[in-house]
Amino acid sequence: MKYLDEFRNAGAARYWAKAIERIVTQPWTVMEVCGGQTHTIVKHGLDQLLPDEVTLVHGPGCPVCVTPVELIDHAIALALRPKTLLCSFGDMMRVPGTERDLLSAKAEGGGVRLVYSPMDALDIAKANPDQEVVFFAVGFETTAPANAMAVYQARQQEIRNFSLLVSHVRVPPAIELILSSPQSRVQGFLLAGHVCAIMGWEEYEPLIQKYKIPLVVTGFEPVDILQGIYMCVEQLEQGRAEVTNQYVRAVKRAGNRHAQELIQKIFQIIPRQWRGMGNIAESGLGLTPAYIDFDAARRFPVKAIPCNNPSDCISGEILLGLKKPDQCSSFGTTCTPEKPLGAPMVSSEGACAAYYRYRNNGSTHDLKY
Amino acid sequence: MTLNIESGKNTLEGLQCPIPLQEYPKVLLAHGGGGRLMRQLIEKMFLASFDNPTLNLMNDSAVLKVDSSSLAMTTDSYVVQPLFFPGGDIGSLAVFGTVNDLAMCGAEPLYLSVGFILEEGLSMETLWQVVQSMKTAAQRTGVQIVTGDTKVIDTGTGDGMYINTTGIGKVKPGINIGPAQVRSGDVVLVSGDIGRHGIAIMAVREGLQFETTLESDCAPLAEVVKELVESGVELHCLRDLTRGGLAAALIEISHSAKAPIHIREKSISVQEDVRGACEILGLDPLYVANEGRFVAILPEKDSEKARSIIQKHFPESPPRMIGTVKEGTEPIVTLENFLGSHRVLDLPSGEQLPRIC
Repeated sequence: MKYLDEFRNAGAARYWAKAIERIVTQPWTVMEVCGGQTHTIVKHGLDQLLPDEVTLVHGPGCPVCVTPVELIDHAIALALRPKTLLCSFGDMMRVPGTERDLLSAKAEGGGVRLVYSPMDALDIAKANPDQEVVFFAVGFETTAPANAMAVYQARQQEIRNFSLLVSHVRVPPAIELILSSPQSRVQGFLLAGHVCAIMGWEEYEPLIQKYKIPLVVTGFEPVDILQGIYMCVEQLEQGRAEVTNQYVRAVKRAGNRHAQELIQKIFQIIPRQWRGMGNIAESGLGLTPAYIDFDAARRFPVKAIPCNNPSDCISGEILLGLKKPDQCSSFGTTCTPEKPLGAPMVSSEGACAAYYRYRNNGSTHDLKY
Repeated sequence: MTLNIESGKNTLEGLQCPIPLQEYPKVLLAHGGGGRLMRQLIEKMFLASFDNPTLNLMNDSAVLKVDSSSLAMTTDSYVVQPLFFPGGDIGSLAVFGTVNDLAMCGAEPLYLSVGFILEEGLSMETLWQVVQSMKTAAQRTGVQIVTGDTKVIDTGTGDGMYINTTGIGKVKPGINIGPAQVRSGDVVLVSGDIGRHGIAIMAVREGLQFETTLESDCAPLAEVVKELVESGVELHCLRDLTRGGLAAALIEISHSAKAPIHIREKSISVQEDVRGACEILGLDPLYVANEGRFVAILPEKDSEKARSIIQKHFPESPPRMIGTVKEGTEPIVTLENFLGSHRVLDLPSGEQLPRIC
């Protein structure tokens, strides 16, 4: 797999690490936005290759982590509703709702199907006309085109037993929230390459004007990330603030216009609640009036159960990059992948999951219960 | 017996489920996924209840002294879907899987029992094909299926068919293979590439199309182990890789042996198409299931000899020396990645779940 191997090359990785060391003259704090990038960093120990001056903090780009508990409760209620199949990607299965997670709902006889694509959910709807099939549409702009396509196809094919429980979020407002926070130490961002593959980076340019901060569109492999950090540190050292593109093999400034048109046809920008981070204006996508029939939240309202975000879970601070997982007193003690207090411990893009999985440095808590 | 309040209370306490009910009031799929929840279930419920020295060793097979000879015994149930998959089927799997568990303690497999749980409506032709596959697999591994049982359950309550096989084998005098024999300085050998079975099954089950057809690695291991034993190679520990993959096998060995194990990522062989599928699905091949691979822990002096014997049996994918057992008593498995940095391998909760993006 040459296409990946050349971005996991030890020589190239060390080259960029050395290059960063060569240009850095003062301390800088850089945030990688996407949880996938966080996992690459922690899995491969990339932060250990960096000079002391460069500090990486982990960002909010884990869609599973920021999905509000009310929506997870809604999904679970739908799974337990008669003649209803709730279809979801695997990531969501273990995320704790108020009383249970989707896997437990499945164990209790709930209709839960793990799918790989929203189009699979559409096929399930076609094959089960007597069931209501709800796809749990979670994700940033990356997954929005495929989810939009599923709704578009459902309308075209007149599949009426299909709907979406939408929890789509957008990256730029989250970055703006972090930049406007007085507590934030972030001086530069690595943008999520796959989000930019869809959206391009034009929508990030106003942030540069307003906050004078470098943004680097970055990929997901070790060499991508080290090169992205280099490009960010280089701008910081030179006092520049631009959007630059490390992920040239996948991203153009304009992004993917066809995908954007499809998103705009099906979805509109709305305010959205982020778990642990509060309500953020213009930070979500919801179905447009023309496709509102496909909105599962409207079609199948459920009585909200009083939900409690555990007070000893600091996932909000983790997602905003204010703290690292190992600075949480619950980490690895009262919060483990088996008994998570918050979503970052169980999502495959969660920072806590990455630290727990790859960083239990010599401790043997992995075999304690 | 008179039951007074005091003794009644004691009795009830003795019967309390040791796994906190408020955490897992229902069995989850992860309780059978080969990860931490399964281990918790086995240790807290089964070992705690059936407690005896043989079971507590938690080897792939129980080695039992009967008069002057030693017998190995093991059991396994097969619930794979689909029943037929590239590289095998539930019948061959049910024979090879149990034979492999016997082989992992150095036993020569002799006899199998088979229990069929059939779903009403299963096509007789399908059952015939599975039975013929079992017949061929038994002949190939030199075991006889000597007793069995058949049950039929209502339509809709099973996945066509489930099979349980129990195996008995003979352990020659002087053979003692298990985690307790693991020593620091031992080398860790893996018999070939990893992750093929899990990806082959997932590809068929989920309708994933790749350029080539991935075949399961499903294969018998008794012959190669027999030759290793007869050649005089000093085998300290063997474990076949099943659910939970290479990582779970090494973590279990490290835990039972109370010995740290260190492996190198670049020494581990993963076929290109398996790697590609894992990349697409966001899975780690170290944790993907296998059905015809094993890990051998042995002194370095015998590693070359062992490698050439294993290579003879599996020429298509040569064995790899992937790491060593370190000094110390800490049960931990560490991995050196391509950059030379180290990370800990952790037991997953249950099966890996494909991710969003």
